[in-house]
Order: sequence, then C-alpha cells, then structure tokens
Amino acid sequence: MSSTTERPDRGSQTEAPAVPPAPSRLKDVLRQLIATRRVIIGFAMLAGLALLAFLGPVISPWGITERDYLATLDGPSPEHWFGTNRTGQDIFTQSAAGLQKSLLIGLLVAMISTAVAALVGAFAGYFGGLTDRALMWVADLALVLPSFVILAILSKHFMGASGWLILVVLLAGLSWMVTSKMVRGMTISLREREYIHAARFMGVPPRKIILRHILPNMSSLLIADATIMVSTAIIGETALSYFGLGVQPPDITLGIVIADGANFATTAPWMFLFPTALLVLLVLAVNMIGDGLRDALDPTSKSRRS
Amino acid sequence: MSIDTIEGHGPAPEAGATADTPVLEVTDLNVTFRGFGNNPDVNAVRGVSYSVRSGEVLGIVGESGSGKSVSSMAAMGLLPDHANITGSVRLHGEEILGLEDKVMARKRGKVISMVFQDPLSGLTPVYTVGDQLAEAVTTHDKKIPKAKARERAVELLDLVGIPNPEHRYRSFPHEFSGGMRQRVMIAMAMANDPDVIICDEPTTALDVTIQAQILDLLRTAQSETGAAIVMITHDLGVVAGFVDRLLVMYAGRPVEIGTVDEIYYGSRMPYTMGLLGAVPRMDLERQGALVPIKGNPPSLTDLPPGCPFAPRCPIAQPECDLAEPELLTVGAQPSAETIRATSEENGQAPAQVEDTGDRRVACIRSGEIETNDWTAQDIYPVPDIPEAEGTGGEREHRAEVLRVHDLIKHHPLMKGAVLKRRVGTVYAVDGLDFDIREGETLALVGESGCGKSSTLMEILGLEKPQRGSVEVMGRDVSTLSKAERFALRKDMQIVFQDPMSSLDPRMTVFDIIAEPLVTHRVPQDEITRRVYELVGLVGLNTEHVTRFPAEFSGGQRQRIGIARALALEPKLLVLDEPVSALDVSIQAGVINLLEELQAQLGLAYLFVAHDLSVVRHIADRVAVMYLGRIVEIGDTDSLYKSPSHPYTQALLSAIPVPDPEKERGRAHIVLDGDLPSPANPPSGCRFRTRCQKFVTLSAHDQEQCTNVEPQILPVNGGDQGSACHFAERQEGAV
Repeated sequence: MSSTTERPDRGSQTEAPAVPPAPSRLKDVLRQLIATRRVIIGFAMLAGLALLAFLGPVISPWGITERDYLATLDGPSPEHWFGTNRTGQDIFTQSAAGLQKSLLIGLLVAMISTAVAALVGAFAGYFGGLTDRALMWVADLALVLPSFVILAILSKHFMGASGWLILVVLLAGLSWMVTSKMVRGMTISLREREYIHAARFMGVPPRKIILRHILPNMSSLLIADATIMVSTAIIGETALSYFGLGVQPPDITLGIVIADGANFATTAPWMFLFPTALLVLLVLAVNMIGDGLRDALDPTSKSRRS
Repeated sequence: MSIDTIEGHGPAPEAGATADTPVLEVTDLNVTFRGFGNNPDVNAVRGVSYSVRSGEVLGIVGESGSGKSVSSMAAMGLLPDHANITGSVRLHGEEILGLEDKVMARKRGKVISMVFQDPLSGLTPVYTVGDQLAEAVTTHDKKIPKAKARERAVELLDLVGIPNPEHRYRSFPHEFSGGMRQRVMIAMAMANDPDVIICDEPTTALDVTIQAQILDLLRTAQSETGAAIVMITHDLGVVAGFVDRLLVMYAGRPVEIGTVDEIYYGSRMPYTMGLLGAVPRMDLERQGALVPIKGNPPSLTDLPPGCPFAPRCPIAQPECDLAEPELLTVGAQPSAETIRATSEENGQAPAQVEDTGDRRVACIRSGEIETNDWTAQDIYPVPDIPEAEGTGGEREHRAEVLRVHDLIKHHPLMKGAVLKRRVGTVYAVDGLDFDIREGETLALVGESGCGKSSTLMEILGLEKPQRGSVEVMGRDVSTLSKAERFALRKDMQIVFQDPMSSLDPRMTVFDIIAEPLVTHRVPQDEITRRVYELVGLVGLNTEHVTRFPAEFSGGQRQRIGIARALALEPKLLVLDEPVSALDVSIQAGVINLLEELQAQLGLAYLFVAHDLSVVRHIADRVAVMYLGRIVEIGDTDSLYKSPSHPYTQALLSAIPVPDPEKERGRAHIVLDGDLPSPANPPSGCRFRTRCQKFVTLSAHDQEQCTNVEPQILPVNGGDQGSACHFAERQEGAV
C-alpha cells in the first residue's frame, strides 16, 4: 500500500505511444473469484448437489412416491441407499427430489428478496421525500401482514407444475422488508459521500448512481443477507410444509422429508440424518460462495493481495 | 505494557530535583506496537530524546505518522498494553516509565497534564462542564470540600475566558462550541498547576480566529502556571512564534533539534528544509513555486537500514543508505569514509542520546549544508511553472465563466415529529455576488459555518436558486432544459476536500477517471486513451490504473480526484478545500500541480479554503465570507496588503507566519467569541458582535452598524470592495 511512489516527471507518459487496454472490473472480479479456494469448493459442492438433485431421481430404481412394502423403516442397504421410511418410501429418491425443489426455492427466494430489498431500500433512501414515504409505507404494510395466514389461504394455489413458483414469489414478497430498511439507512449515509456528489455533478442519472455507486458499496450486507436468506427460505418452506401449507404433493421438498424424519431421529436416524446433511451442505456451499464473492468485490479485504 | 528502562546513566533519581534539572526528560524512547497475526510490528517511535525545563516551550513537529503523538502518549503512560516501550522518561528526575497505572494516575493532571486535539471527544457528554472541572480538582485532593472545588472551577472557567462562568458552569459540553470546549480542556489541564503541559495539536480542529484565541490562552496558561509546555503540531506557523526549542521528527525519529531561530533560519537537515520550503507563505508577495518533497513517508513496519528520508532526499548519497545517521551537532557527523568502514565492520558508533540542549542534526551531509549555506531552493528541484498564455489582457475583456448574483440558500428549521412546523430559518447563504473570468482563480475564504460549502452545492446543482441567479458560461441556469443542463455539467467540475471519501472505494482508478467520460457517452477507445493521458497529466503512473483508491496515499488520491474532474475538459474547476487534508510536503506538490494545470489548460478555479496562506499563493482574487455574505472581495495583492474590512484584518492577523522573528513582532487581533448561529444572525452588520472596530466607535456610529446592513462598496481604488460602513478609514495592517 505504502510502497507506491509518486513520480512528478510527467510529460513522458502523456505521449506514451502504446495505450494499454482498459482494465475490466468484471474480469478482475472473476479472476479474483477463481483464485479463491473457498469459492471453488463452494461451487463444486453446489454443482454436486445440483447434479444429485436432478440425476438422483433418474438413476434411482425407485420412484418418488413408490413404496417398498417389503422394507419399511429399513436402514441403508444396497436396495435403499439411504434407507426407507415408515411407509417404505426410498429416502435417497425422496431427498434428491426434495433437494431439487428446495435448491430452486432457496436460491430463487434469496435472490428475489435481496434484489427487491436492495432496490426498494436504495431508491427510498436516495430520493427521500415522497418516494421514501411511499416505499416505506409499503414495506411497513408488508411487515404487519400475517404472512402465515396469507400463505395458508393461498396454499391451494401451490399445486400443479408451476405451483412452487407462486410459493417462491410469496416467500420472497414476505421477507424483503427488514433488509430494505437496513439498505435505506445505509443509503442515506452513503448519499452524502463526496463520490456520490461528484457523480451527481458530472451528470450521472440517479438510477445509475444507485446501481453503480450505492449498491456495490453495500455488497457485503447484501451478500450476507442473500446467503442467510437461502437457508431461511428453505427452513421457512419446511415449516409451512410441516403444516401442509407449503409445496403440495406430489411435489416434494427437503423440508417435507426432514419434517417427516424428525420424529424418527433417534429410532431411525437415517430418515433424518441424510436429508439434513444435504441441507447443511447446501447452506455451507452457499455461504462459501457468498464469502468469496464478498472478498472479491471488496478491494480493502484482507485476503486480497494488492 | 512491557517496559525496559535504561539504568546506569545520567544523574541518579535520588540526586533530587535541583533548579537545573529538566522538568521532563525523555531519553532514547522507543515504542513498538506488536503486530497481531501475520502483521509486522510497527516501530512508531525510535530513539526520541528531549528535555524541557521549567517555563520552556518545546515544539515537536512532524507529518502525520511521524510518531510525535505516540511519543508524548508514552510519556504520559497512556499507551495501550500491547505497546512495547523502552527508554526512560523522567519527571523531576524521577523515572516514571513503568510506574503502576495507579501511581501514574496521581501524577497525571497534577504534575503532568495534556490537552488533546479533538475537543469534541475530550469531554464527557453526560456531565456538566463545571462538574468535570471540579472533578479534576478533587481527584488530586480528596479533602477539598465540594464548594471549594466548585469555586475553583468557576475561577478556572473565568481564567480561560468563558464568559459568564457562574452560569456556564452548569452547561453541558454540547452547548459549547469547539473553541470553548478546547478552553475547558485547557482549564482542566491547568487545574492543579502542573509542571508540564503536553499539547497534542490543540488547534488543528479549530478555525483560524479561534486558533488565535487558543494560542493566546496557552500563553496565559503558561505564564499563570509557569509550566513547561510540549507543543505537538504539524503546523510550522503555529510553533514559530510560540516555542523556544523545536524537535523535528520523521519516521519515528528525531531528525533535527535546536532553537526555533536556528531551525527556521538555518536548517541543516534536508527534510526540515523541504518542509519549510513547502509551506505557502501569507507574508510573502511572490513566493514562486513551492518546494515539493517527492514520494511519501516510509511505512514504519520495515524500514530500510539507512536514513529513512534518503529515498525522498534530493541530496542523498550512497552512504545514506548504509546506516541511519545519529543526531549529532553540525560538523560532528562521521565522514562518508567512516560510515562505509563502520558499516563493513557491522558496528554502530556509540551514540549520544540525551538531549544536551545543543542544536543537533541527523544528516551526514549537515556539515556540507552548513559550509555551503544551502537553502531548500538550492537542493530541491523546484518545478518551473509556466505563465499562462492566451488569458492575458484586462480582466474585463475576458469571458465570464461564472457569475453569481444575489444568491441565497435558506434552510427551514423544522420542529415536531408528526406535524412539522417551521420554527426558523438558517441563512446559510444570504446574498452572494461574484464572478469568475476565464483562466483566473477566485478564492472563497471563511471560517467553518460561513456558507462556503452551501454556496458550492447551490452552484454545482445547476438548479434554479431560491433567489438571485447563477450564470455558468454566460447561461442562466434557471432557464436550462434537462439536456442543456447535462451538457453544461461538462464545463464545470469539482475536486473535493476529503481524498478518502471522494473516490468510490469499490472502483478502480481507471473506472473512476472514466466515469465522467462514460456518462457523457465518449466512445470506448477514446475513453481509454484519455484516461491514460489524464493519469500522466496529474503525475501518476500507468500501472496505477488497475488499483483501488485505498492503495494510495492522500496526495495521490487527490491527484486521482483532479484527473476525474479534468476528464471532460471543463473550463471551470471548483476546488473545495483540496489541500486541507494533506500533509505540508504533499500539499505543496498538489498546489504546484494545480498551478501548472491552470497554466497549461487555461482553467478557471473557484477555490474554497479556510487557509489564507494557501489562498495567497494560488488565488488571483479573494472573496472573504462571513455568515453567508461576502464582507470583502478584491484582488489578492491589494486585499492582503491593505485589508479594509475588520474581519479580513482579524483573519489575516490570526494566521501564524512560519517565521519566528516576524511572528514574535506581530500584534495579533484576537476576535472575541464564536461565529454567531446562521439561524439567528445579528441585525445590521453581521460582524458587529465580534468586531474589534465596533467597540471603538461612537454611539452614533454604532447605531449605524446595528441598524443598517452594509453593502459592498469599492475601497482602495481598483477592484477591492468591502462591506463595512467604516472601511475607508482603516489602514492596512498585516
């Protein structure tokens, strides 16, 4: 940092014949990401889980709802790799299929809710005045809505092929408010920074100032929020499923499998352990990627060599 | 805190304090902050020795990070536990380094006390000022009855010039202004008649007129208590008239020590010489280019074996890199051959470490400098700043780039949570008139809170002002369409004060400089070419563009900010205190750059500053602001030579000049009190409440000041104008 030197001899560089190409921010971040081992491991884990989720049900000899009446509540065996549950359903097939939906729900909800929170908060904080009041009024309203009741009322729409998508939108729509308030607070303090003033005075439109200066400068908060949101969404969906209000059969999620196995955690641990392990791995992978992404985006972070 | 004290040299502590014993004697003090984890140790202070006698004032100067504050904190025993301190600190001949905190606490405030830099955090916000002062009295003498302590506190408040002390005793710190808080801090420091007062940059956070008050007060405090004062500062002006002896520090080491006159008029250390040459002088008419010291101070984690200043020194020799020079009297430095010989033997010559009171220098070429009588101009390469061409000719014939007429900016003061109602108005800017012509520099000068920044925001916003008009390039901004406003932004760009927050920390230097170009839709390959051109223009290297702002020093960041502002080839550059956050040696480089750019590109500058020395150096015309209005405007030379408004006179007289002889001979006009609140400005002339002229006027004349708001009228012929009813009667007094 302090090894840089100022060279007062100018003039020679101004006529430098060969103009080096412009450095690219995106390429730099990508290079940074690839150079971080955590991110590679995280991506590998996530890819592995995705592979398992989408190929698992295909390679498994058992169907998702198929019951093996000869093996109920059986431990892991060559026929049933993860064992079976009390009605003889194959835990591996169920976990893999459940993981598939949970993966999609978790990632999508996290991305949508963080994006909404970031945009609403940043616009409210940057513009202030009426925009601020209107947007925060919406956020407050969404905050006082009894989300569980709404989900319960709308649960009959979660059926069918794209039913889970409605659930994703609803879950995201009910979880962005608190973050948006944090983002708004940070925006208000960032708004008075001199580089924001500088951008305004050079004529950068507000929309671009928010996207170019404000949101990147709170990326740490947003990434942390998104990673937490992944697990929150999966667990939230699990809670709903427990009451039968989440994803509706024949669709299945990791939450349903875990909730099902939780009662047998001591007597038939495989019913509980395998799907839970998948959930833990998923959250771990997301966290590792988030961590690496945060470091790559933050030029002052310690792990970055200058 | 692990402490090793030096044993077996100097007078034994038991020898007792004779009249000749220095009050505070610091010998070979070393402070190392141990690095945690993989971080290397920081050698903040390396071998500092000084002694102060009763009634003596010792100045310690150095740039930020030179270890000046740490060394005094170590003497006070205020450093955190992970600091590793060696050496010796004697108070009245008694070793105090390594004393238990409890024992030390009895001495702190009683024998040795300290005035800190930041008056905001120096006082506890939840206790009244008086109670905190009374506490300072009672902690050292538990037997003092409460009423007595209170009495003493009121007396102290009176002594430091707090008006109405009985009443103010019950005030809380937030009800005091910065200057008044610093007064309370000084009162606290002198509460128990200490023998040593350490002042750590006591005036850095204050305005010039307040600084003059505080310096005055410190002089009073010294004569009142007869204490020795250690004055730590980076401002060479402040120390010039205030201290007897001076210690110059660089990279944690003392590099020169001597009396003020010896150092100011005959410095023998290139660093000190550079530092003195880098200060813009308010008292000189044509100073020429400032002396820039190239490079940055070294990091204190792994210093090279040689002289730490050698990489920046214009007269460094190969021998400088072999061993760090000792602090020796001029001429006593070993010759180059000896240094080569000893460094080959790998042995260090035994050094004399105590402060003998003699003038000593840590430079192996000090003898040479002495014999040749070199000055900063001789050894430093001073850049040749070309005279601007094409902008010559009469001012009236040049095109106007900015005209501000009767500009106001009033903020409503609101109260209430649900039903907001207006309870008052802050008159931030209240009727400004000025213009800037092509290629000239207008400086807007004033203390904090006078509306300088509000003015800038109004001008740069390019919106219709609340009243009056702003014309940029001859176009009234209130009539602009959106597209025209966008296009006009090209012609006017800004450089901010704080190089930390003016650059987006998440963007590379390339993206930062390219942003204005991208915004104004310049083609991509043109952007790349232009960015590299700008990087060279402001004196940065091509390889710097891929880095982030955090990797640069303050001066370099300011250069990046300037490059960004220049990207669109503006005609007017607004500079909002561009050098006030920088160290002197770095500041000189940036000022030179600005002058050079102006000459090269024919820019006009609107230069906002509170530092009148810098302004004299760079500005063609000056406008002095007070409480949202201009009180005096005119070309720099006539305004500095014969200021006609009492406020300008006070401002100019309040600035310490880095010249001990002159400074001692100057009579300072010290203004009373603080800037009135802009929400409730005085009637008539706004300055009358603090005016030194007002009190000398007859009752009839005073009435005029109280009732009639003065307008700017020409004085002294020419271009100078002043808003004072009694301006013409004044003689210039610098």
